[in-house]
Amino acid sequence: MDLFIHQVLSGLATGGIYASLALALVMIYQATHLVNFAQGEIAMFATYLAWTLIQAGVPYWGAFFITVISAFVGGVVIERVVVQPVENSPVLALVIVFIGLLVIFNSVAGWIYTYTIKPFPSPFPEQPLFGNTYLSSHDLGSAGVTLVVLLLVFGFFRFTPLGLAMRAAAQNPVSSKLVGVRVGWMLALGWGLASAIGAVAGMMVAPIVFLEPNMMGGILLYAFAGALLGGIDNPGGAVLGGFIVGVLENVVGMYLGSEIKLTVALVVIIAVLVVRPSGLFGKVHVARV
Amino acid sequence: MKHPRSAFGASPSRGRHQRPGKAGSAVAPLNRNQLIGLGILLVFACALPFVLGNYRVFQLTLALAYAIALLGLNMLTGYNGQISLGHGAFYAIGAYTTAIMMDHWDLPYWSTIPVAAILCAITGFLIGLPALRFTGLYLALTTLALAAAVPQLLKYNAFTDWTGGVQGISVFKPDAPFGLPLTPDQWLYLFSFAVALVLFILARNLAVGRIGRAMKAIRDQPLAAEAMGINLAKVKTRTFAVSAVFTGVGGSLAALAVGFVAPDSFNVTLSIILFVGMVVGGAASISGAVFGALFIQFVPNVADHISKAAPGAVYGVILIVLMFVAPGGIASLVRKYLSIGKTPARTD
Repeated sequence: MDLFIHQVLSGLATGGIYASLALALVMIYQATHLVNFAQGEIAMFATYLAWTLIQAGVPYWGAFFITVISAFVGGVVIERVVVQPVENSPVLALVIVFIGLLVIFNSVAGWIYTYTIKPFPSPFPEQPLFGNTYLSSHDLGSAGVTLVVLLLVFGFFRFTPLGLAMRAAAQNPVSSKLVGVRVGWMLALGWGLASAIGAVAGMMVAPIVFLEPNMMGGILLYAFAGALLGGIDNPGGAVLGGFIVGVLENVVGMYLGSEIKLTVALVVIIAVLVVRPSGLFGKVHVARV
Repeated sequence: MKHPRSAFGASPSRGRHQRPGKAGSAVAPLNRNQLIGLGILLVFACALPFVLGNYRVFQLTLALAYAIALLGLNMLTGYNGQISLGHGAFYAIGAYTTAIMMDHWDLPYWSTIPVAAILCAITGFLIGLPALRFTGLYLALTTLALAAAVPQLLKYNAFTDWTGGVQGISVFKPDAPFGLPLTPDQWLYLFSFAVALVLFILARNLAVGRIGRAMKAIRDQPLAAEAMGINLAKVKTRTFAVSAVFTGVGGSLAALAVGFVAPDSFNVTLSIILFVGMVVGGAASISGAVFGALFIQFVPNVADHISKAAPGAVYGVILIVLMFVAPGGIASLVRKYLSIGKTPARTD
């Protein structure tokens, strides 16, 4: 039983990582109704930026905020330069553009920083917090950071005029334009926010998986699964979905062996989705005939 | 029952992949010039293995295998609108069927292809069933999960006796039959070419016929399609099965050409590559499968030549630029240039 609790708790820790990236995916989805496959690589690249800053002697939290802001600007620039020209193309073409971005970021990171893994510092103390024996303070800290980001996102969308404008732009672009919302810039803003959230996720993941160009590959799949499990149009659901996926993965790994834990976890998720096709907490869309 | 369906198929639909200028003539046979052009291309393709080195011929054989696989993916995603990011799984099933049959039972290579096709049809149909519940992203995740699961299952201890585990299985490259003076690479190219030719003709007939129109109708207007009397579940699951068959046969041929199968060559990346090939070649286009196959086979090499340091960056830039220039894929670009001066451009 003790082992089980331990597995669940460390599952929650990895789940926190999936949750934060899932949150970034949901952000882009809310703004553009697309899933950005390059999200993980953008996060990875931002983390390298933070690493460079820390190497250059910038204190951790200074590097943290500089990275988040640069990621935001980078996201906006990518949307304006790369995504905007293909906005009206078929969805399939857009997905290919995302895959192109993924390959570019991955390859450029490998080119600049090489493929050797690098340790990344954690901002949290080495000793476990509150004298518990299950979770390291980084696990607790990163879960806390994810929840803070979730609250900020929720507050932004719920209580600010800009958040309202972004939701409107995603839901009904034409009407939004008519009432004066600059739809194009709302999309760019969505990209910026998603990149910033992704950067936070990357910096929280890096101390656990170590920094290397491919560090986000598997994580993106889990984050995607978590986002869909919770409901792609619900940030809170996506975060919860991410945690569920983390726990599921760990518990399955304990009982059935780690070599097929990915497979079993995904089968369970799909089984859930067969019963609830819009995710556990997603809105059920009713199509009008 | 037949009449309303054909009327629906011939009416210009609002679909994004609609082939410009071809909306009304999808069923018409190829005209004389097109037939002549196609004939020249076929002769040229048959002559290739005799003028190129063995390695180039091997690469072209792989491209043929890809082309067949892409054709399958195109059926599902391009024509039927069901996004799959997991066709690497069917490619793997085809490849492993061939490898296991040849390695365990010493069966002749050609006999493995129909078996691979049948196995893929069954798997495809079964996966098509839960896929009925999903659309868009959720289907993409389901299929992506399938792709992610395949290498793990192939490595799983319980199946190691069959799959050879991490080591994989070696396959003998077949020699040319009847004492023909051909190298194994040349023979395999011609064999794959013949298989591809048959499958391409089948695919074209399927795509322009009643079922193909039903597939496209489901993609563009599922409700209207259902109202027209199309059985959505039946067509969608069967499309999944057919799509899996094509991709599986592609994988089977690839296993013969490479002479080796291992779990890690069938990872998620392969599925993504197939998806890229399908879109870049041209979704909902038969010739697109060929363009896409040539693209995914040769463009990474080109990128490698341009920049040794970051070939991925070059490849990514090529992909993005191509999507800027031709959002409908290479096939749409080719069609645009071939039809200049013949028909006035449609403005819809």
